[in-house]
Amino acid sequence: MPDPRPSQPTGVDYGRTAGPARRAPLEDARVEFRKGNFSYAAPARTSALLDLPNPRDWQPTDADWKLPANWKRIILDGMAERLRRYRSFRLFMDICVRCGACADKCHFYLGSGDPKNMPVLRAELLRSVYRRYFTLSGRLFGSLAGARALTEDVVKEWFYYFYQCTECRRCAVFCPYGIDTAEVTMIGRELLNLVGCNINWVVDPAAKCDRVGNHLGIPPHAFKDSIDFAVDELQEITGIRVEAPINRKGAEVLFVVPSADYFASPHYYTLLGYLMVLHEAGIDYTFSAYASEGGNFGLFSSHAMTKRLNAKIYAEARRLGVKWILGGECGHMWRVIHQYMDTMNGPADFLEVPVSPATGTRFAHAASTRMLHVAELSADLIRHGRLALDPSRNARWKVTFHDSCNPSRAMGLLEEPRYILRHACNEFHEMPENTIRERTFCCGSGAGLGTDENLDMRLRGGFPRANAVRHVRERHGVNCVACICAIDKATLPTLFDYWVPGVEVAGVHELLGNALVMKGEKPRTTDLRGEPLGRPQASGDRPSDPGTSGRSDAGHVP
Amino acid sequence: MRGFLSLIAVLAIVLAAWTGALATGLRWPLAVLLPAASALVFVAGTVRRVLTWANSPVPFRIPVTCGQQASLPWLQANRFDNPATTTCVVVRMALEVLLFRSLARNVRAELGPARLVYRDAAALWAAALAFHYSLLVVVVRHLRLVAEPVPALVTALASLDSFFQVGVPAVYATDVVLVAALGYLLSRRFRSPQVRSLSLFGDYFFLFLLLGIATTGLLMRHVVRVDLVSVKELATSLVMFSSPPVAASLHPLVFAHLALVSTLVACLPFTKLSHMAGVFLSPTRNLANNNRATRHVSPWQDAVKVHTYREWEEEFREKLIAAGLPVEGRGDHA
Repeated sequence: MPDPRPSQPTGVDYGRTAGPARRAPLEDARVEFRKGNFSYAAPARTSALLDLPNPRDWQPTDADWKLPANWKRIILDGMAERLRRYRSFRLFMDICVRCGACADKCHFYLGSGDPKNMPVLRAELLRSVYRRYFTLSGRLFGSLAGARALTEDVVKEWFYYFYQCTECRRCAVFCPYGIDTAEVTMIGRELLNLVGCNINWVVDPAAKCDRVGNHLGIPPHAFKDSIDFAVDELQEITGIRVEAPINRKGAEVLFVVPSADYFASPHYYTLLGYLMVLHEAGIDYTFSAYASEGGNFGLFSSHAMTKRLNAKIYAEARRLGVKWILGGECGHMWRVIHQYMDTMNGPADFLEVPVSPATGTRFAHAASTRMLHVAELSADLIRHGRLALDPSRNARWKVTFHDSCNPSRAMGLLEEPRYILRHACNEFHEMPENTIRERTFCCGSGAGLGTDENLDMRLRGGFPRANAVRHVRERHGVNCVACICAIDKATLPTLFDYWVPGVEVAGVHELLGNALVMKGEKPRTTDLRGEPLGRPQASGDRPSDPGTSGRSDAGHVP
Repeated sequence: MRGFLSLIAVLAIVLAAWTGALATGLRWPLAVLLPAASALVFVAGTVRRVLTWANSPVPFRIPVTCGQQASLPWLQANRFDNPATTTCVVVRMALEVLLFRSLARNVRAELGPARLVYRDAAALWAAALAFHYSLLVVVVRHLRLVAEPVPALVTALASLDSFFQVGVPAVYATDVVLVAALGYLLSRRFRSPQVRSLSLFGDYFFLFLLLGIATTGLLMRHVVRVDLVSVKELATSLVMFSSPPVAASLHPLVFAHLALVSTLVACLPFTKLSHMAGVFLSPTRNLANNNRATRHVSPWQDAVKVHTYREWEEEFREKLIAAGLPVEGRGDHA
């Protein structure tokens, strides 16, 4: 049967990037919003729920975006304010030498060939306006100094390209000055936010996190049903009934996971894995239905929104009287927890430094924030021999590990998950060096871009990652990509179905759960997906329900 | 087009200086006033620029981590690419500033017939390093024009630099490297479609300017043989803040060279050349990744509205009770 899938993105030729040789890409700000390459705008109703400025109903495809009358003033004042508040922003506006080292490091550029997806030009979108209104040379020499006026077309262009960046920071690894496009994109999105240009898949989840507690808007009783269901299912698989309390005061640990873990597939199997490990390690913990979301969609909107949503975690830890906090497998959640939480909502002096009750390890690296990554906890448990593992239970998987952007480039959580995988699986193969660890490629759907309507751009952005997976699939027969990010788990299946069929996506704790021999368990016959143990998987066999795994995220209604 | 314009601009500076040198009344302003003014602009501009940067707060500690974190003691942390202490940050910054560590990672992605391939792309790193170091040596060598007696270090450096003893006077190796590196950096802005599309006027201009400086310098040493005694007299008085005589024997090339250097120096604080100072201040590089161990305090905080537990329970209390979840309110639950 002929393969209907193209082997590489169509219409991409880096050699023709420049377009007509005499024309600079920034001279023409017009962009074309086509089906598949943008995300829908946030409607007035949800924007108002979060008190966002200038809420209104509009779509990027509209000719008139109904910008507020003084939109230019709002944006320029917003820029001035942010130049005063962020050294990163001011510095990154000033020092780029346009050496081009970042040009081909962006997955969206590699997948689309669009020159404005080169990180340097993405930053120039803002930088050109900065020069025009905030520097003498820009005011004097105009376009010769790389300056250009702020027009409505520029605002549309910003919207197009700042929502075509997943804030993955790969370019910043290669930049000789550490210019971080994520910072630029975050500021760019804040400026758009000021004039009421937001995407629905950022604002809607943020509004639900704010009011209900998680990004899918799952009310507390449904959250409890979901956790109870997991406990039942785990009992069926292992014969052991674990405790998974919610809102329980006096627990030692508050456990915060991305909400997809308890409502989407294949995240759900990771949840089962957590429950097993926490039970085996004897951790006295509780979930919270109020702070039932680790993922922070505020990060994709503004610093203020990040703080607003993140505040609930410490507040709930204080209310419940726990000693420390444990966090699940999630990418951007850990960007916020590692680099922002303590500064924004700390100090966490009402908590204690995390100590593993099972091993006695005191996690000094989390001495201030007092929040531990579940992979750090589990790796420590394995190291101290506190988990009995039978990796043959994962015999059907040939595993590779996909580093998620934020744990790798905003934290450095590289070896903990690998340590777990090497103990939980017999076959583990790394992807090529240029595509893992700090050089890892984004799934192409992070930072709020994982919408169905944006699918063409997502598949393009995910191409470099899929390409590396295809390499290990062809070379080693890899059929499982393990990861520690909820957005990866939601969007990589779609990506791999398209580019490299026959590869499944699993959380690290799902594979750990498969291998974990629990004390007093009944003879295990199936893995956490309900598949018979030990049967090598036939190529293209997809045990999980394609109806859920193929969706961008459970519960997402565009 | 932008490249061509830049070349014209540099040639115009040379032509203007040369013409000025031929007009008696302009020799003093060109040889004394222009360099002095540009030095002033450089100092004032750099101070202002660095103060602006330094006075902008760093609200969050946002290092870009490029290796394993320091977490569990038995896992080997990457101390310099993911520094956990200030000492390690100093090493990271030293590697960045002295060896261009991040640029050394560079690879080129190419779309092959069926897949993306990554090729080594060390040329940019090598050329950048070669350019900056040869420029440093060239600047240090120029100290012999302003210091009497010439420091031993400068003499030693110059003799090492002319080690190959080619030509009379001997060609400095760094001059060759400097021109070659500039040539490479300039040519890639024309050759590579990616780099061409992102290059601005200024990107070509400073490369042509530096090439112009190197060319006029080389001409003075190897072709025209300018009157070194009067050059030294001029240079010495300039750095001593005294108004020197501008000898009639000074060749117009000296004026062109000075004008190009003055342009470069004066532009430094206001253009991309400010990366010279900015590289030290980048918050993604010069901060330790000890975020969870040591709290970073922001000088400002956003005041945000938080949906409190009380408000949340108020909305969901009935459902919480029905689901058997504990509640705080109403007193019907302890």
